[in-house]
Amino acid sequence: MDFLEFFIDLFSDYTTRVIGLGTAILGIVSGVLGVYAILKKQSLLGDAVAHAALPGIAIAFLITGTKSPLMFFVGATLSGWLATLWIMGITRNTRIKMDTALGMVLAVFFGVGLVLLTFIQKLPNANQSGLETFLFGQAATLLQRDVVSMGIIGAAIIVVVSLLWKEFKLLTFDPQFFKSLGFNTRFLDILLTSLIVLAIVMGLQTVGVVLMSAMLIAPAAAARQWTDRLDRMVILSAVFGAISGLLGTAISSYGAKISTGPTIILSSVSIVAFSFLFAPGRGLIAKFLMREKNRRNLAINKVIAEMYEICSTHDNLDHRHSIAILKTLPGFSNRMVRQLKEKDLVEISSDKQWCMTDKGVKAALQIKAMGGMD
Amino acid sequence: MTGVQFEIQLIAVLVAISCAIPGVFLVLRKMSMISDAISHAILPGIVVGFLITNSINSPLLIVLAAVTGVVTVAIVELISKTNLVKEDAAIGLVFPMLFSIGVILISRNVGNIHIDTDTVLLGELAFAPFDRVILAGIDMGPKGAWVMGTILLLNVAFVVVFFKELKLTTFDAGLAASLGFYPVVLHYAMMGMVSITTVGAFDSVGAILVVALMITPAATAYLITDDLKLMLVFSATIGVLAAISGYWMANLLDVSIAGSMATMCGFIFLLVYLFAPVRGLLSVYKRRNRQKSEFAQMTLVMHVYNHSGENDDVDERRISHLKKHFLWDDHFVQLTVKQALSGGLLSESHQVLTLTDKGIQFISAANSLFSSKYHPGFEALRKEFVIFTD
Repeated sequence: MDFLEFFIDLFSDYTTRVIGLGTAILGIVSGVLGVYAILKKQSLLGDAVAHAALPGIAIAFLITGTKSPLMFFVGATLSGWLATLWIMGITRNTRIKMDTALGMVLAVFFGVGLVLLTFIQKLPNANQSGLETFLFGQAATLLQRDVVSMGIIGAAIIVVVSLLWKEFKLLTFDPQFFKSLGFNTRFLDILLTSLIVLAIVMGLQTVGVVLMSAMLIAPAAAARQWTDRLDRMVILSAVFGAISGLLGTAISSYGAKISTGPTIILSSVSIVAFSFLFAPGRGLIAKFLMREKNRRNLAINKVIAEMYEICSTHDNLDHRHSIAILKTLPGFSNRMVRQLKEKDLVEISSDKQWCMTDKGVKAALQIKAMGGMD
Repeated sequence: MTGVQFEIQLIAVLVAISCAIPGVFLVLRKMSMISDAISHAILPGIVVGFLITNSINSPLLIVLAAVTGVVTVAIVELISKTNLVKEDAAIGLVFPMLFSIGVILISRNVGNIHIDTDTVLLGELAFAPFDRVILAGIDMGPKGAWVMGTILLLNVAFVVVFFKELKLTTFDAGLAASLGFYPVVLHYAMMGMVSITTVGAFDSVGAILVVALMITPAATAYLITDDLKLMLVFSATIGVLAAISGYWMANLLDVSIAGSMATMCGFIFLLVYLFAPVRGLLSVYKRRNRQKSEFAQMTLVMHVYNHSGENDDVDERRISHLKKHFLWDDHFVQLTVKQALSGGLLSESHQVLTLTDKGIQFISAANSLFSSKYHPGFEALRKEFVIFTD
């Protein structure tokens, strides 16, 4: 069966379509914001916020006594936001570094959440099964109305990002300059971080606390490899996010007993791995090829320069020498002789004697002019 | 206190100290989030170990999980060495990947047994005393205590034996390498230690709260002291305090013990964060306030001095002029003038400020101080002349 056909077939199922749409929206929104998280070197903030959402959810349940998704959302956002502010406060006011502040706030908030959660469990007629879903993620429980609200929140986030495009760009790349222009960077920083918090909380139900950090940064990490422009990176990251959402949903609905969250994460990590390897310019393979090429060029240049030295000991430059005397040069190989001949830098006569062509002499002089090989 | 209660607290204390010791080095080496990554990434190690041994109690499980932890660190470092992404992004990519593999392995293979993500992430200390070591028919106590006791001994031995090396590589890895130590070997040994501790502790307190017990006491100690040995002692002490108070809080409210321990860790940190001498938020705030006030008083005295004597200018010395001159708000002008007056540096008549004898002494002392090359006497000058009242 054709792959595309298979894909279409898969998504013709109503439930799969809803889940696929939801995860794709999540992928787009977290992809867009992940770009800023990565560029601002706050990749792990997502992890901290996701864990820190737990006490907010528990308190929302304690106050309202119901499993209202809206209240969960508000509670999670508030406590995630509070955690972020505390992390920023700790790093600003003490000598504790960002990583420690993140790890500490993450774990302590989670611990408080766990205390509240176990407290709720002990309450009479408390039906708290919805809370666990929030923790570990269950995309399968996504309903149409969830997807609609995800769409609305996601659209709002993207509108804000595009309206404040220039501001966020400056904030990300040169906050000091931005501040010197008279902008309120503190406010914009908090706003951008709040958007990231929103996106993370939005994803908790789908992929869960642990995996949300990868959902946020994997598409952006992949997109970073393909471009140096912010606009392209944001679009590419959104596309990667959407693809991982759809791909993850497709795989998990095809194979039985595989939860959607981990498959989405593995899909997006695969995109990252692919980008690390194959991206032009930055990718590992491209870098390896470039290094090899440089190494070869360097070796050839060295040999050309040495050949010129040998030739210039004679009155006329086209005096012929035996190939044997080149064998002592470092980096010399028979393959190199062929290459030099192909490039028309040396002439080789039938009795294995060589001399430099005019082009070869020119190349040698050029190399010497550039500082030579010594 | 019953036997079971004692045993739970014993295990909690052992876990807390075992975590607090490597935590100090994680915090100082700016590697705190590595412990978060390790604690999540050991899941596939545990699952694979379970698939091989078919037992949740096998020591092989601990070994495999610890190896996974070290492998996680190696992968993170491999990725960040390529410079394709920063180290924090590498951490954020690697551990969810390994965790995902673990979750999928569980759901595909071992769906019907009691190893699941909740157990790994959350743990349950309350059940620990029921898992006992029986040797030749004699009850030797809870298994958790033996496991954590061994790990604690390993940790203490490691830190005691390699204290000098750890100290050097932590604070100056370059110097350590040039002196012929092997920072990389020590680094991986430490990562192994963190992994083993995490694996041992996750059973009791869960993977996420291991992070709380590792990082929080160490970060708290970091706010109290500059001495590495003291930091280790404080960190362990805070861990013990959090463990015991957390246990009793959990007992009282009938909630998760591990969660309460983490909460108490956070609470102790919050107290120190606010009230620690020198580095606490309150003393920082007080110090900044004091410095601001003292600086303002000195500036004011200088200003009055500049407009006395030969360049006498009554208008410049008028209190109402200060607001415009220094761009201070009314309240701050009042405060500074009041403090300078009550400190006896200035005197006031008809809203005009004049230097007192003490003020003149201050000016000459300050002048000789600032014109000399060294300023050892500044603190003394400040203490002698300038007063600060909250």
